[in-house]
Amino acid sequence: MTTSAPELAGSAASDSPASRPRTLAEKVWDDHLVVKGEDGSPDLIYIDLHLLHEVTSPQAFDGLRLAGRPVRRLDLTIATEDHNTPTLAIDKPIADLTSRTQIQTLRNNAAEFGVRIHSLGDIEQGIVHVVGPQLGLTMPGITVVCGDSHTSTHGAFGAMAFGIGTSEVEHVLATQTLPLKPFKTMAINVEGTLRPGVTAKDIILAVIAKIGTGGGQGYVLEYRGSAIRALSMDGRMTICNMSIEAGARAGMVAPDQTTYDYLNGRAHAPEGQDWDDAVAYWKTLATDADATFDAEVFLDADELEPFVTWGTNPGQGVSLSEPIPNPADIEDLNERSAAERALEYMDLTAGTPMKEIQVDAVFMGSCTNSRIEDLRAFASIIKGQKKADGVRVMVVPGSARVRIEAEAEGIDKIVTEFGAEWRFAGCSMCLGMNPDQLAPGERCASTSNRNFEGRQGKGGRTHLVSPLVAAATAIRGTLSSPWDLVAGTDTATDAAEKVNA
Amino acid sequence: MDKVSVVTGPAVPLPLSNVDTDQIIPAVFLKRVTKTGFDDALFYGWRQDPDFVINQPAYATGGILIAGPDFGTGSSREHAVWALRDFGFNAVLSPRFGDIFRGNSGKQGLLAGQISESDAEKIWALIEAQPGIEISVDLIARNATIGELTVPFEIDDYTRWRLLEGLDDIGLTLRDEAHITEFESRREPWRPKTLPVK
Repeated sequence: MTTSAPELAGSAASDSPASRPRTLAEKVWDDHLVVKGEDGSPDLIYIDLHLLHEVTSPQAFDGLRLAGRPVRRLDLTIATEDHNTPTLAIDKPIADLTSRTQIQTLRNNAAEFGVRIHSLGDIEQGIVHVVGPQLGLTMPGITVVCGDSHTSTHGAFGAMAFGIGTSEVEHVLATQTLPLKPFKTMAINVEGTLRPGVTAKDIILAVIAKIGTGGGQGYVLEYRGSAIRALSMDGRMTICNMSIEAGARAGMVAPDQTTYDYLNGRAHAPEGQDWDDAVAYWKTLATDADATFDAEVFLDADELEPFVTWGTNPGQGVSLSEPIPNPADIEDLNERSAAERALEYMDLTAGTPMKEIQVDAVFMGSCTNSRIEDLRAFASIIKGQKKADGVRVMVVPGSARVRIEAEAEGIDKIVTEFGAEWRFAGCSMCLGMNPDQLAPGERCASTSNRNFEGRQGKGGRTHLVSPLVAAATAIRGTLSSPWDLVAGTDTATDAAEKVNA
Repeated sequence: MDKVSVVTGPAVPLPLSNVDTDQIIPAVFLKRVTKTGFDDALFYGWRQDPDFVINQPAYATGGILIAGPDFGTGSSREHAVWALRDFGFNAVLSPRFGDIFRGNSGKQGLLAGQISESDAEKIWALIEAQPGIEISVDLIARNATIGELTVPFEIDDYTRWRLLEGLDDIGLTLRDEAHITEFESRREPWRPKTLPVK
């Protein structure tokens, strides 16, 4: 059968972009155009940084081998081990044979093709989205891809970063480019000042609840406003990380002094004249004042409370002070049936106050919340306390370096004296691929990013929370905010201030 | 990749929204290093229920999946597409797809067509009236026919063309290699390099 092919002739994109006002995302896109697609064919986009891990790369390397293709740019490629790795006894062979084989396959592929790799036990090993920024490889104005949907994390630096499938991993290994369709842009405006005890995690959970799990589909999100500007890089990473949970492949924050201060001096950050050139360029990236977004969303930071999920997708969330919603009140029929199904899976009843929900486990970790500031926030609440009886509490740093940094600050001792487990770096209980899993029916307050059915282990039940809520919950055994730890007060702001003092 | 033009098979109803890729294939099955052999892992959690749709004899060899909105959200795992293909699904029709899943489908010969919610409802009703009824998905005409009903579906021109021609993306891109090399020659020195190790 013959078909008429769309016109695929493209033009080399060497002309400077039009002088029309542009958003941050459009600027980064334009500066990576290798070939401008015409008449329905995609643009060919150059990729500055390709991160690899063991799960989504073996079949891509197989493809290269079959076609006799090399890795085009080894100097833009880096691998680490995170999804399968155990977080205990990391000096011993991995007990699970299929996990061990997958890790060994990555090591073999890295050796065969010459890819830089940081294996379990290496000081630079860790969750791939913690490692890139930590090394100073993630920087403003670049494109970053990885066979992992949480690659959106790197957008916190003003990079265009998104997850790809294994076929695309192979494509980037072979060509250092991807054919991509242009996207729409959505501004997420968060104005105001977060109250004490309210964090970046609460912002993004509230955003997802507002726009839904499909709301960002086809868009690149740009997080803007005074509440975003006030966040640290760790906080911005938490927000961008969960863009995919709103259906958006990428989320971005314009770079500013906070970004430059974080980067300056890191191992792979530019130096000398290169640094000056880079900063001069980065300062041009912010969305032009008169640029327009295809969609805009507004969120009032002043009004935000700690936010948690009750269901089985990240959009099913409420403020912690609220009860579980009644599906009968949901107008959309699909969403109503999804809510009914979720409550059944979660073994919850509509109308129950969220704060009455008892948990069996608390997981503090994942690419969403395992950086040093997350661990500090968690430790600040649990310090000198004892965990609730019968609750399993696991604290998993995002990288070997974060673990070392935390230990230098004594966080490991605070964690173990609290009665929690202090683990080695990895994805751990965020997804059921390594030994850290929930048992069927177990309920967990988790600082991770997905509350899907069975995500943390078959039959496990997940409530997504911030590190502060995780800490307070670990102390009380029920979903709690730090405000609840102050005797005689309920949600009063002065109580929160005492907690944070 | 094999060429795809018209695919026909039993219409398999999955009238649920937000079927994320963790449901299509749980993470525990992602440890394999091959692209095949994932058929037993498809919908692993749900298929423990003997009444789950793919356990019914009429649907035991796959066909065309008719799913609710936001099918394939979440994780980027291409294993979700491999598992659907391995089981015998050649197409999925849904009112909305997760972006990464849709992209992965187009690279593995799985036709992902976007239909309206009301057409999805109509198809589910026809299946309920006649379980096992066949549906024919025509990529050339961009429509699907089930019984007397023909509904249009959306798929972007480029993906449609690549599926129809069975084209390999990498081969297509490498035709532009001169442009890539030229772009690389203009790349600023401050941009990240993973080597040499620092």
